[in-house]
Amino acid sequence: MSRLLVIAFQPSDAVASAGFAASLGLPWDLLCLTGASDLDLGNEKIISANLDLIPPADGLATGLAKAIDGYSHIACVSSMQSKDFLARLAGTSDLAMVTDVVGIDSPTTFKRPIVAGSIIATVEVLSSPVAMTFRPAGFPKPARSGVSVQESITLETPSKATIVSRSVRGGARPDLSQAKVIVSGGRPLKDAETFERVIGGLADKLGGAIGATRAAVDSGIAPNEIQVGQTGKIVAPDLYIAAGISGSTQHMAGIKDSKIIVAINKDPDAPIFELADYGLVADLYDAIPAIQNEIA
Amino acid sequence: MKVLVPIKRVVDPYTKVRPLADGSGVDTSGAKFEINPFDEIAVEEAVRIREKIGDVEITVVSIGKSECEEQLRKALAMGADKAILIESDAEFDSLSIAKELAALATELQPELILMGKQATDDDCNQVGQMLAAKLNRPQATFASKVEVSTSGVTVTRETDDGDETLSLPFPCLVTADLRLNEPRYIGLPGIIKARSKPLERRTPATTPVVKVRVVRVEAPPAREAGRKVSSVSELVSILKDRGAL
Ligand SMILES: Cc1cc2nc3c(=O)[nH]c(=O)nc-3n(C[C@H](O)[C@H](O)[C@H](O)COP(=O)(O)OP(=O)(O)OC[C@H]3O[C@@H](n4cnc5c(N)ncnc54)[C@H](O)[C@@H]3O)c2cc1C
Repeated sequence: MSRLLVIAFQPSDAVASAGFAASLGLPWDLLCLTGASDLDLGNEKIISANLDLIPPADGLATGLAKAIDGYSHIACVSSMQSKDFLARLAGTSDLAMVTDVVGIDSPTTFKRPIVAGSIIATVEVLSSPVAMTFRPAGFPKPARSGVSVQESITLETPSKATIVSRSVRGGARPDLSQAKVIVSGGRPLKDAETFERVIGGLADKLGGAIGATRAAVDSGIAPNEIQVGQTGKIVAPDLYIAAGISGSTQHMAGIKDSKIIVAINKDPDAPIFELADYGLVADLYDAIPAIQNEIA
Repeated sequence: MKVLVPIKRVVDPYTKVRPLADGSGVDTSGAKFEINPFDEIAVEEAVRIREKIGDVEITVVSIGKSECEEQLRKALAMGADKAILIESDAEFDSLSIAKELAALATELQPELILMGKQATDDDCNQVGQMLAAKLNRPQATFASKVEVSTSGVTVTRETDDGDETLSLPFPCLVTADLRLNEPRYIGLPGIIKARSKPLERRTPATTPVVKVRVVRVEAPPAREAGRKVSSVSELVSILKDRGAL
């Protein structure tokens, strides 16, 4: 029998999963590792694990090995955390796995980007069950319906790894993956203070999130968790403003689903102009304050 | 201490690739091939560990066609001690690669397996975790810092919203992220010198059972061509008109 289990690391994953589940077209249950979920997402059951802290992946995979019994599809919203865990579970339970699903042709045929998003592959899954991570942006949210049955589960999550410390950054700004507006900066931002003042300043004016290129993160201008691209966050805001970003394949892989891309670059031949909806050839240190004045 | 570093031969990440006209695969004709950049970072880290603590033997392994020798030689030139090429034309997926690597690791018993977090061709981000599971080892993925002690490793790993430090006892597995290190530059003389290091060719220990297969590839939907605007005020008024501001 075909049935989907979505494993949610946090409540926002639950909401983001409804569209994916509807596109897959199978009856589904939701397992919330932490926090609670809305009750009208269209799933039959909500299983709450009530974990205070997500354990290391080996422990979590051991803990969930039994909980996936009876499901043909086990899915998580794509994130570093879900990939760390789900591929471990696929190894433990010998599951086929598909990473970063962006489209569904049938319950065994999926679309996913490869080679930094420069190619879309259609993959066929030849065995059941299958584990997968998916990018919610590709799956429009359905109308809310139904009321789910609530259950709880106790997980034993023995791990050989010890958590020494965890630091969670972030703050008042919206989360990159949910933001409607993102202002992103690249290598020319000089240092962390300049980045925060210039990129952060415009983002705050627009109520948006901040993003960065690998070059900016590598050189310590921006923190790692805001890297956007092939190996960072995949974003899909209504407006993405890229300032001082050349437009490498790896960066563009993370922003293609944005509704409007604006590029500000002083080099008229920068590759980002080929993909941006609106390009402004300008020095970002002039353009960004001017934009702030203009919208004030 | 023994360190095993699995590496993958991938199309150069700075080359733009396209689908073949019939959609049967990726057109890599004329493209350069390299060590997957994340695996190269793993090789570099293994070499740095040896430079720091001394008695470390580094084995690099690649599964694939005979051409993978080129990448194994480069890893030897970077400082690996020996290489194993598991030669095969067969089709593998992440899980079957993990099983083949697990067979090798069971034979070699490395305290530490270091590898890239994902390959830049298939972008799967699976093999490290699957291999750790098959070997029942603890794992630390997305490593940005690795410190080795006599009993294990302490790894700082990047997370979705910050970072985390894990302590793992040996034997364990670590996957490398971009900021772990910057691999050293290897010139041609280094590569020539590495020709005298041992490279063993073998056949696979397992028969791959493929559970996931690519059946078709295509170009992503193109974004409509954009245009340049002449001033900040033009830009702002367009964005206001479109309801984006
Ligand atoms: C395996 C791998 C994975 C990668 N993953 C990612 C990823 O996830 N995300 C990512 O972003 N990159 C990634 N990269 C790196 C990527 O290839 C590029 O190197 C990087 O995106 C470049 O960042 P940048 O645009 O900030 O810097 P650059 O390419 O140096 O571009 C800077 C741009 O700023 C412009 N500029 C300079 N001064 C000004 C000014 N005052 N005003 C306006 N414009 C100015 C320049 O004209 C230039 O176009 C990856 C690379 C590899 C090999």
